[in-house]
Amino acid sequence: MRRKQQAAAREGGDWCRRRARRLELKPRGVGEIDRGAIMAQQGGDTNDSLRLASLWHSMHAISQQLSPTPGCEGIDLLQAHNFDLHCFQSLTGTKFFAVCETGAQNIEVLLKVIYELYTDFVLKNPFYEMEMPIRCELFDLNLVQVLQKDRVALLGR
Amino acid sequence: MAPVTGPKSGDALFASVDRVNAELFTLTYGAMVRQLMTDLEEVEEVNKQLDQMGYNIGTRLVDEFLAKSNVSRCVDFKETADVIAKLGFKMFLGVTATVTNWDAEGTSCSFVLEDNPLVDFVELPDTCQGLQYCNVLSGVIRGALEMVSMKTEVTWVRDMLRGDDAYEMRVKLIKQVPEEYPYKDDD
Repeated sequence: MRRKQQAAAREGGDWCRRRARRLELKPRGVGEIDRGAIMAQQGGDTNDSLRLASLWHSMHAISQQLSPTPGCEGIDLLQAHNFDLHCFQSLTGTKFFAVCETGAQNIEVLLKVIYELYTDFVLKNPFYEMEMPIRCELFDLNLVQVLQKDRVALLGR
Repeated sequence: MAPVTGPKSGDALFASVDRVNAELFTLTYGAMVRQLMTDLEEVEEVNKQLDQMGYNIGTRLVDEFLAKSNVSRCVDFKETADVIAKLGFKMFLGVTATVTNWDAEGTSCSFVLEDNPLVDFVELPDTCQGLQYCNVLSGVIRGALEMVSMKTEVTWVRDMLRGDDAYEMRVKLIKQVPEEYPYKDDD
């Protein structure tokens, strides 16, 4: 049973690399974001992100099948004990998700702004290959700026 | 952050994106086609290459369009065609297209462009008969629609560079291909 699960996870992961983006809401190497401080994650690397993204992608897909009524588009919000996970799915199927503190406001708007940043700085980069991890400096720079602005708006500093 | 609003109109969209000098755009495209003709020599090869380039552009362009225009999911192909003609073309080319010639099932229609910024100053010589100069546009539409789960076929019906009175491309919806998940029930 365990081997089946691992094989399925690997297959799912390989395939899920294609359609999931783990949006690290901070420069590369930093982990979860909370509005008060940006914390560094121990040993966060691309493989961890991809694994998380593929896991999320699978959960998102399963939720569509779990829904008692047809027309479920997936998970928008996951509320856990000490964090919230907000997810935004574009009409093209690309998902952007953000892990933040419980009760964080306006994350959906933030995710939409990040979607625009993605279309401007990632998709328009001719050397960015679709479905690959994002390594675009301009995207990272602008992302940090958006987050700083958002933080200033919320905290006033 | 600004509150989320409904879909923008074509003019508002066009005004909100960064624009480039139209001549620069036209001349760059012309240089590209000219270079392809020199490199590939065969008109059919150039047509295919333009379509492929358009396809690659379309797959990326659609996300920008969806992000900036804020449109919601279209209920049917008719709405999709209207959105492309009124908002899509307006946002990226600054011109609107008209949608005509719907077939009985509502899966096939024509986009008619009176004005086409790609072809300003262009005259096709006799050596380039058979060249679909604007083939990149058909690729863009095909690529963009494929990213939103629609498999389509786009062909040129009328071309002003060949003496017709307008540019008309026929878009046919072949099938909807919803996202598939590779879950197996047994192993």
